[in-house]
Amino acid sequence: MDALFQLADGFAYVFQWQNLLIVLLGCVMGTMIGMLPGLGGSNAIAVLLPLVFALGLEPAAALILFAGIYYGSEYGNSISAILLNIPGTSGAVATTFDGHPMARDGRAGTALAMSAVASFVGGTISVVGLMVFAPLLARWALHFGPAEYFVLIVFALTMVSALSKGDALKGLISAILGLMVATIGLDPNGSTARFTFGSVKLYDGVDFVVAMIGLFAIGEVLMTLERVRQRDQLVTLVSRASIKLSEIKKTVGTMLRSSAIGFFIGTLPGAGATIASFLCYIMEKTLTGSRGTFGDGDIRGVAAPESANNAAASGAFVPLLTLGIPGSATTAIILVALVGLNVRPGPLLIGSNPEIFWGLVASMYVGNLMLLVLNLPLVGLFVRVLMIPRWALMPVVVVVSFVAIYSLNNSSFDLLVMTGLGIGGYLMRKLGFPIAPAVLGLVLGNLLEVNLRQAIALSDGDWTTLAGSPITLVLWLCVAASLMSPVLPRLLSKRARNV
Amino acid sequence: MRLSKHTVAFGTLLLAVTVAAPATAQDFRPESAECIAPAKPGGGWDLTCRATARLLTEFDLIDSPMQVRNMPGGGGGVAFMYTVGEQGENDDLLVAASGGTTLMLARGELPDVTSQDVRWVGAMGADFPVIAVRADAPWQTLEEFLQQLRDDPRSIVMGGGSAIGGTDHIRPLQLARAAGIQDVRNLRYISFEAGTAVTELLAGRSHVFTAGVSEIAPQFEAGEVRILAVMAPERLPGEFSEIPTATEQGYDVVGPNWRGFYAPSGMSDEAYDFWVGVLEQIETSDEWADVRLQNGLAPLWMAGQEFDDYVNSEVATFIEFATELGIIE
Repeated sequence: MDALFQLADGFAYVFQWQNLLIVLLGCVMGTMIGMLPGLGGSNAIAVLLPLVFALGLEPAAALILFAGIYYGSEYGNSISAILLNIPGTSGAVATTFDGHPMARDGRAGTALAMSAVASFVGGTISVVGLMVFAPLLARWALHFGPAEYFVLIVFALTMVSALSKGDALKGLISAILGLMVATIGLDPNGSTARFTFGSVKLYDGVDFVVAMIGLFAIGEVLMTLERVRQRDQLVTLVSRASIKLSEIKKTVGTMLRSSAIGFFIGTLPGAGATIASFLCYIMEKTLTGSRGTFGDGDIRGVAAPESANNAAASGAFVPLLTLGIPGSATTAIILVALVGLNVRPGPLLIGSNPEIFWGLVASMYVGNLMLLVLNLPLVGLFVRVLMIPRWALMPVVVVVSFVAIYSLNNSSFDLLVMTGLGIGGYLMRKLGFPIAPAVLGLVLGNLLEVNLRQAIALSDGDWTTLAGSPITLVLWLCVAASLMSPVLPRLLSKRARNV
Repeated sequence: MRLSKHTVAFGTLLLAVTVAAPATAQDFRPESAECIAPAKPGGGWDLTCRATARLLTEFDLIDSPMQVRNMPGGGGGVAFMYTVGEQGENDDLLVAASGGTTLMLARGELPDVTSQDVRWVGAMGADFPVIAVRADAPWQTLEEFLQQLRDDPRSIVMGGGSAIGGTDHIRPLQLARAAGIQDVRNLRYISFEAGTAVTELLAGRSHVFTAGVSEIAPQFEAGEVRILAVMAPERLPGEFSEIPTATEQGYDVVGPNWRGFYAPSGMSDEAYDFWVGVLEQIETSDEWADVRLQNGLAPLWMAGQEFDDYVNSEVATFIEFATELGIIE
């Protein structure tokens, strides 16, 4: 009961006109920044940090602004993923699988609208989760130690077999390439330099944003260059820039499942939107079986990752607000900002600064709604990006990529790495290797290694620790199921025919 | 460029001598002051640079604002190599640093450079490492904890944020050494990230948290952990004043994870004295006290030659332990 009053207070706070403006500002800026390849919520917040201090925003207002940016950028990322096949962050990679085929098919508007609706559903459900379960979940997440993380990451990596259309071996090779690139740099435990060739610039390894933009954006541009003389447009355009109610109905189950799972995975520090979106995509693909057209523009293939990554985005606030531990790059920056504003998130936050917690919850509701209202009418405008001729669009993509990557670390060396990987991405495409498994391997490789080493160190060298808890056992079962998933539908349908 | 900078500096000096009253350390004024934060925006080094730059202007200590440049890479290594190499003579440059920078040098991660290839300017605050255990842990005092470490060293898992051989690893080893434990290789330390070191302690998978007090302050305030000792020269202010120091419990280990600055080795003495002087003015201000509070830092002021000597002796200590642990040869 008490909580309801506090929530009402939270809404009263958000509905002050200044704060509504702040939510709006956050959502708009987040969407715009998220649309640019390579830039995500954490960049936007880092840039805005001095501004927040300078404006003297109250902590609650600052948090509202950041939450708006965070959501906005998650949505913005999906726009470039769908229209250009260039995901802005790793959380939107899974959106390209069906989102871009839909766009090529002339259903860009539908895909974008679906993404907005799915993001809204994911965001809203997870806010309810945050409100009701936050303290409980924080305790639950404690059971997730290095051994559990290790198996979860193994699980995520096994999904590549399901991701590669056709040739599973090529998917595996691609994932291993990603894992190999992930070993570049100082070894995370003992700081031995690996594959750095004496260059300090490689000590931090290959930034996965640099790799992703190289592989996706630059690789895509090179592919397009081949066809630039052909006068066809990038995709066929269709006048309808909206979504039919029947299409939404078809995805209700997908959105609900993906939101719940995305939220849970988001609460685990470090795992976040990438694993959540891949996992939910594969799960929906498996559940649908041969009835779907996953990989060729199935609308559920957009709904699943988009609800999952937005739900994971709010899930990441759980460890931040209840333990003071950031679960993602963006929440890490938010933590810095809060500490700078003399608020220290931790077990006492909800009790000692209720206005912050409930104000945030309320602003998430409002922010989600605002994103939907804002973006649905704009879908038609976004789709027009596709009308830009390729000879004009692709140079812009290259320029934005270079600027974004340079702004990341102020390093021209990163530009070389990006270009090199772009050529690699082009070759992979030409040879029929899928890009997504490589990105997944690169993002998860370091986590995989760190958690394995920690788990083995914690058990003092006993490898059975990797299957030593109920959670790990359940996860190993998931691994087995995932490895079987390419054959499972066929087996099931065979049996059905036999009967 | 360098020549002209020096010429102008000399010109300023002449001007100061002829026009203004004779002065000493005040003769130098930076014309294009820059602070390099060797990390992405938002971290400790970045905040140290930005706060210093802001207060330099606010207190009117420099003529044009200090620029802050982020130069991430190699845990500060990229910025260090840049300072030693390309910027070796720059009088206008400060680079943010911390105890972790010392460590990187001690381990010889950077090819062919040592801590003596830069001038250490000053430390303006510190996070002090603690020995923290869960509220339901069996040890009530540092002595009880160290006794179990003597009796059964393999039964205790220590966790911190730094890598093997890092500050969070070496400080408890120094304690163990002070407690008469000779074989420090037998002690178990696991390198987590700072945040996960806290969750691993709360979850009970690790038994002791050895990183800085600021990392675990929320859990301390909530009564979820007990801090057996802080490795500070004296008790910390405010809510942390109930925590006894290691020294007062008979184990003389003090290990500030300081935040401060270094400068190029070729920096002139005038410029070096200028920077030490303005940093001291900032450090003693109320505004800086706020900055410290926001960053979870306790007061610490060391500068000039004293600080330079301190850093070099710290590097020697780290090398000693790292060699013993078999991390370096």
